[in-house]
This record gives sequence, structure tokens and C-alpha cells, in this order.
Amino acid sequence: MAVATAARTITIAEALNESIRLEMRADPKIVIMGEDIAGGAQVEHLEDDEAWGGVMGVTKGLVHEFGRERVLDTPISEAAFIGAAVGAAATGLRPIAELMFCGFLGSCLDSLLNQGSKLRYMFGGKATVPVTIRTMIGGGFRAAAQHAQTLYPMFANIPGLKVVAPSNAADAKGLLTASIRDDDPVIFCEHITMYTLKGEVPGGEHIVPIGKAAVARPGSDVTLLGVSLTAVHALNAAETLAKEGIDAEVIDLRTVSPLDEETILESVKKTGRLVIVDEANPLCGLASHIAGVVASRGFHWLRAPVGMVTAPHSPVPFSPVLEDAYLPNPQKVVSAVKETCSKAS
Amino acid sequence: MNLSQYQLRSMYRTMVSIRTFEETVKQAFAKGHIPGFVHLYVGEEAIATGVCSALRPSDTITSTHRGHGHCIAKGCDMNSMMAEIYGKATGLCKGKGGSMHIADVGKGMLGANGIVGGGPPLACGAGLTSQVTGSGDVCACFFGDGACEQGTFHESANLAAIWNLPVIFVAENNGYAQSTPASYHCAIENIAERAASYGIPGAVVDGSDVFAVHEAAVEAVKRARAGQGPSLLECKTYRHHGHFEGDQQTYRMISTRAYPRARIPSGISGPWSPSTAGSPRRSWMPSTGRPGRPLKKHWPTPNPVPCPRWKRSPATSTSVTRS
Repeated sequence: MAVATAARTITIAEALNESIRLEMRADPKIVIMGEDIAGGAQVEHLEDDEAWGGVMGVTKGLVHEFGRERVLDTPISEAAFIGAAVGAAATGLRPIAELMFCGFLGSCLDSLLNQGSKLRYMFGGKATVPVTIRTMIGGGFRAAAQHAQTLYPMFANIPGLKVVAPSNAADAKGLLTASIRDDDPVIFCEHITMYTLKGEVPGGEHIVPIGKAAVARPGSDVTLLGVSLTAVHALNAAETLAKEGIDAEVIDLRTVSPLDEETILESVKKTGRLVIVDEANPLCGLASHIAGVVASRGFHWLRAPVGMVTAPHSPVPFSPVLEDAYLPNPQKVVSAVKETCSKAS
Repeated sequence: MNLSQYQLRSMYRTMVSIRTFEETVKQAFAKGHIPGFVHLYVGEEAIATGVCSALRPSDTITSTHRGHGHCIAKGCDMNSMMAEIYGKATGLCKGKGGSMHIADVGKGMLGANGIVGGGPPLACGAGLTSQVTGSGDVCACFFGDGACEQGTFHESANLAAIWNLPVIFVAENNGYAQSTPASYHCAIENIAERAASYGIPGAVVDGSDVFAVHEAAVEAVKRARAGQGPSLLECKTYRHHGHFEGDQQTYRMISTRAYPRARIPSGISGPWSPSTAGSPRRSWMPSTGRPGRPLKKHWPTPNPVPCPRWKRSPATSTSVTRS
């Protein structure tokens, strides 16, 4: 399959596929493994190019181009294959492994918590673990408590893991390329509702550095901070707020760990107000950590308490009515901003 | 089995080195010189030696919390190992890992592992690397009888079988998962019988007989290198000391504690004795951190961790004015 050299509008799923395809062409040491990522390629009546390509179709066509030696369907054995990806990374490959839903972390936590994240440190820096774990996060699909979680704070709490979560197609391609090339384990979080979201994506090689947040919309009155889908919510809320005379600056965090504290603080210094939007559970979470950073390093710039729009501290509900009430959305962000702007000085 | 004089001498030296090293650790730990806790390989020397002598330098191994013997058998430098166990910056891992995480990736030693059952998935990864790069290397995965009840062992054995990976699973059955006897924690007598579940060869050998272990390992390595997939080798062995140093071993009958000692070291005895092989002690005794040595040198220097940086921002509240 040809990859365009000029920018064009494609979906996030297509952008991810393009990144993997380009990297696998350039580096024979990249292999990709996961449940159904070829998807039926070994079934007799299917040709490789008819293979499913993963539950979201992100890896479609890869087995046809790169063969079964490098595009590996796995059994439903997360502990074994995520661990194998870590072991392969420590011995010279550059694997990409797909953990279908981040809730399946429960089945393979040891491979990430005690092995992948710690080998480089425990071995005195003598090993590198260049593995990328792609995983799905987020609610909105009525997938219920085990298949709709947003666990990047749990990943980020483990030193030695980098944690990335793009919000648009261009960043999806650029950050995945950077993740694959990184010599440390990277957890690459893809939001379940965003695979079909379209955006302009540069053709050819495109890299977005890990650890650098983006100012997605400049503004002066309040800083809205989101990541993955909540960055999109923040942008939508900013449009609504603009009509009401509130000029919001939107920061798309893009990387959860390492955290780009400087970009956050620069913005808070300018606006004096901060509202953090986060789909994860709040206790010991991303929003509270960022609030802590700002309280510690930028308290004197704040004109109002930090606002937070997060999920409640509850499992994700199944019923559409309940799930809609559970998830952050642009309306909740608008309300939180108005409350923040109405407070003090 | 055809072993040269050089190979025989080398295997003997490895076993005596492991024994000497571990007894040195034991003494130092008893004197309070070693931080943390240590798990000794005394009594199991023939397994690491028999398996690793069937490997080539570029082959890899994964190890366990009881990993000193595997490290030595795979060629790790004993002085650096001892320094690591003492927590010194001169250690094999700069004092960051300690006894349970000694590793030397350059020597194919992919790490001791504090997690029971942590090694098998990593071994599959090493096998995959060999398969994809076509290096022809194999990975020997050491684990104990306790790890045989971990899901990772079963998942990895199956994964290695369906992907035909060059992995040799080496179960060191010393009869105890910490204090729990294998007769209780394992539903069958021989772990090797589980190989049938994954369609791979399984064999039981006497883990105190270095020749038996070596012969079985050579066969398994040959198969793996020829692209014929993984094997499961169960080595019945005996742990001379406690699970960790300081373990009172109240769970062991006096008779079972005494019995194997009488026949140990069967692997180390045999046709050679220290007098015919030459004394190992002068050249192999680890010098760094020998018991009784001063301990104040070579400690790592704590460096500030870069993130999060809880420093004061250069701006002060007085410099910020708000309308």
C-alpha cells in the first residue's frame, strides 16, 4: 500500500496504521503482536489481505505486507505476550504490542509494573526496553465497567513507563512514531470513540516529541487542560465560551508521563485560572496531580481555585443514561469554567 | 556423553565457584554486611552448570530470585556480582538491583527476578528475538517449582509451543515453594508431565547429577536451535539452606533436612576432587566485599530525581499583579 507524501485528511485509525507501516518498512526489528491484530489471517478460506486487522482495524493490511513472522496474532494470554514483548525488546527487537482494552492490564500487570518499567533501572542502565504498548481507553461505547476504563494515571504512576494519549490524527501518527523509536517502554493510549475522527495528517515521516504539550488554542482568561478526548471537549467548550466573551486557552497535554509542567505553568501564569478535564477516576489521579503541581509551583499566579471536571470515583456504568452522566463533556466544562471565572479577584 | 577434559574441568570449576560464592554470601549476610535478603543456590549447582555448559555465549537465560548460580554459570563477573549484592556503585548493576536483580545483558544473563514466574514471558521474548533475527540463539528459562503454579508459566509454555520458540524451560524442583511443599502445591508428581499439555517434550532428571542435567539440556538446546521448538526439563533438586537466609525452616522435618546433606555434593564429587582440578579459592574467591572488609567504599551517590521538580518558581507573588 502506498503512503502519501503530502498532507491529507484521514482518520486516527488510518494515521496509526500509516505510522506503524512506515516504521516497519524502515526497521526490520519492529514486530507487532496482539489479539486478532492480523485477525483471521491463518484461517484457510481467508487470504492475508482479507484479514481483519484488529478490533478497530488499525492493523489492517499489515500482515499482507510484512508477513506472519512480523505480524503476530497471539492467544488470549496477555501475561505471556506483553511479557514476551518486553523480553524481545530487552534482547534487540523493537516490538509493538496491542493490549486490546486497558482494563486487560489486570491480566498482565506484572510484565509492565515489575519487568518492563524496571529492567533498565535495575540493571544499572545496561538494558533498554524499546517496546510500545498500544491500548484502548475511555468510555462512550456502552462497554461497561471493564472495557471503558481510563487508566493512564495508573500507568503514569509507574516510574520507567512513558504514557502518551493523542487527541487528533496528526498527533496520533507523530506520537506513535516517536513512541516506536523511543528506547523506553511507552504506553500509547487510544480513545475508543476517536478512531474515526478525521484530521489533516502530514504525509511521510512525521514525529511529535513525547513529553511536550500543545497549546491547541491560545486564550487569555482561563486555561483549559485536557488529554485525548477531554482535549477535544476542552476545545469545544472554548468555542462555546468564546461566544459568551470568555477567551479560553486550551492545552492538549498529549503526554501524561513525563509531564510537561512548563507549558502548563506558562499558561497559568498568563491566564490565572485553570480548569482540568480528565476522564480518569479522580483519586490520586492526573487532575489532582496537575493541581498539585500548580499549587506547588504557581500558586501565586492563581486568581481562583483550580477547577476539575473528572469522572466520579466509581466504575464506569453500562446504562447509556448513567454513562452519559459519568463522562466529562463540553457542557460540564463550560459550567466549571463559569464557576471558576466567577470566583475571587 | 562426550565431554572434553576442558569442559569437565570448567563444569567442576563453575560448581565449586557457585558453592564458594554462596557460602561467602552466607557468612557475610550472617555478619550483617549485606542489606536486604538473599536466597542461596547451594545444593542446586548442578542445574545451572549442566544447562549453561550446553549454551553458547550469545544464548540467553532468564533467572529467579535464587539467581546467583545462574549468573556465575552464564559467566557474570563474580567480583561485580558480590559488589552488587553489597549495594555498591561498582556492582554489576551499579547497586540499583541487588541480589534479586543481578543482570548482565551483554553476557546473555537477562536478570535474576524477584517475581516468581516473572521469567517465562521474558524468555519467550528472547526466543522471539532469536527467531525474527535468525540468530540461532536459544533462551534457557530457569524457574522453581513454585513458579510452575503461576499462570505466566502455563501461558508462556503454550505461547512458546505455538510460535515454535527456541526456549528451554528448566524447572528447578527443590521441593518447596518457600515453605509450601510441592506435594501440596502441585497436583501431579512430575512437573515435566505438563509438557504434554503443550505438545512439547518433557523430561525429568536428577538435578544433583550435573551429567544428567547437561545431557538433557544438550538435547533440548539441539532441538531449539534446529527450529524444533521448546522443551520442558524438570530437575529434581534440594535446597540446602532456607528459602532466604534467616529462614528457620520449621516446616522441614529434621530427617529431610539431614538426608540430602549426606549425599551432597553428588554433582561436585564424581571423578574429580579439588586436588585434581586445582584449588579454586585463590583466583575465584570474590575480593570485593569479602566478609570482614571495610564497607564504606563505593557506595552509590544519590542524585536528584528530575521529575517531579518541586522547586520554587523563580517568579514571586509580589511580581505578579492582577487587575
